[in-house]
Amino acid sequence: MLKMDYRYCVVALEVRDLSVRFGEFRALEGVSLKVPEGAFVAIVGPNGAGKSTLLKAVLGLVPFRGEVRVFGRSLTETDPLWFGYVPQIKTFDRSFPALSLELVATGLRRRWPFRLSPREREDALSALRRVGAEALAFRPLGWLSGGQLQRVYLARALIRRPRILLLDEPATGVDRVGEVDLYRYLEAYQEESGATVLMITHDWEAAHHASHVLVMNRRVVGFGPPERALTEECLRQAFGHLGHAHGLYLGGGHA
Amino acid sequence: MLDALGYPFFQRALLAGLLVSLLSGLLSPFVVQRRLSFLGDGLAHAAFAGVALGLFLRGEPLWFALPFTFLVAMAITLVKEKTELSEDTAIGVFFALSVALGAVFLSKARGYVGDAMGYLFGSLLAVGPADLWAMALLLFLALFLLPLWGPLAYATFDRELALSDRVPVVLHDYLLSGFLAVSLVLAVKVVGIILVAAFLVIPGAAARLLSRTFAGLTLLSLLLASFSTVLGLFLSFLLDWPSGASIVLLQAALFGLAFVKIVFSVRK
Repeated sequence: MLKMDYRYCVVALEVRDLSVRFGEFRALEGVSLKVPEGAFVAIVGPNGAGKSTLLKAVLGLVPFRGEVRVFGRSLTETDPLWFGYVPQIKTFDRSFPALSLELVATGLRRRWPFRLSPREREDALSALRRVGAEALAFRPLGWLSGGQLQRVYLARALIRRPRILLLDEPATGVDRVGEVDLYRYLEAYQEESGATVLMITHDWEAAHHASHVLVMNRRVVGFGPPERALTEECLRQAFGHLGHAHGLYLGGGHA
Repeated sequence: MLDALGYPFFQRALLAGLLVSLLSGLLSPFVVQRRLSFLGDGLAHAAFAGVALGLFLRGEPLWFALPFTFLVAMAITLVKEKTELSEDTAIGVFFALSVALGAVFLSKARGYVGDAMGYLFGSLLAVGPADLWAMALLLFLALFLLPLWGPLAYATFDRELALSDRVPVVLHDYLLSGFLAVSLVLAVKVVGIILVAAFLVIPGAAARLLSRTFAGLTLLSLLLASFSTVLGLFLSFLLDWPSGASIVLLQAALFGLAFVKIVFSVRK
């Protein structure tokens, strides 16, 4: 499903001793990792483990202590267009009058479009086509289901041809067929562009097919190829116990 | 009806109405989509305190209302940004403070209460040549708001997404509040303090009912705001109604028509 090989020895993302606090609450503590370019990293951990916070820190959305370097540069030196972000909870205002095509175009413009040029329109349509959502182009965003929205947000992330894709539970609300499609689109994009993907997931099958798995619970519990990170010990440390699904995987059965 | 155009006071009111309606028509979609209607009310009351201060000190009330309302707008935005209080709570605090200050200033400004009534409900006679210059200057400044339409709309749609693209969302919040404060104060002479918040809400609300895109909403809001202002001022002249009431009643009628259209198109 997801590509296991990663092509280059360049470090795409380096996180050093990253800590994030919300008041007295420590969301992340001393997180360090190096992600090679072209890797597909599945991030797993229990609720409240700081997975979304990690992605937000990489995007500069939350204040943090420590260091985040992307392709050797500090965040302020990076181009926002390097990042393609699909947030977990769609915080957008559903009453905002907008068409899917317009949202996709923000991926290019980084501002809301008043009017799309023919070129932008074609690029946005092509991005929607890539994720099988061309039919949604002129549909108001407020009318879309959760799964349809995920596709439109993914098209928005892909249109800028990002070097790093940050996906926060992209399969939430997507049916099983749509989920397989989603991983297919990601795989195709990664193969074509060599982009690095960080994806938060609760889907153990997807985690097993990633090139790397980051198991975390506010700190890094395990990081490496799935067979080394998805061990009983790591999962017990992160989750406190082994759930049914984890047990199935460790026992060799695939749910 | 066209006789009205022969009177200099009506010409001034018409020109002032058009200028402020263009600005409020541009800002109204943001007020509606960001749920800032209560901010309009809060700032209108800050304008009331400023006007009362001006009456008390026997100066031109708008020159007191302008900085006072601007400072209140900045203070509300500051409290919202720096604390975990919601914006309506911050507005509630400054709303009460402004009304209390306004009441104190007015009580000390005996003999000027008649002037205060003109400010409360708007008057065709209220717009002087100096007001027109101030409005023209503001509209010129508002031209700088136009390039911000895209980033402001982006953050209105999804603040986190805009932040992830490094849009200076917080700076834009302050700019929007500042523009709202200033345009609201300048609209006071035409519309009056009590109705000025509606002037910033209804065109956007009516346009929202009829629009599928934010660009369409903005254009329609501009059209409705300027149409209702011009027609409202003529009605005010003909029927001898307060200008603010005429304009807002017309806007409410347009909103009603838009609502009826929506209800009937849904039924089909």
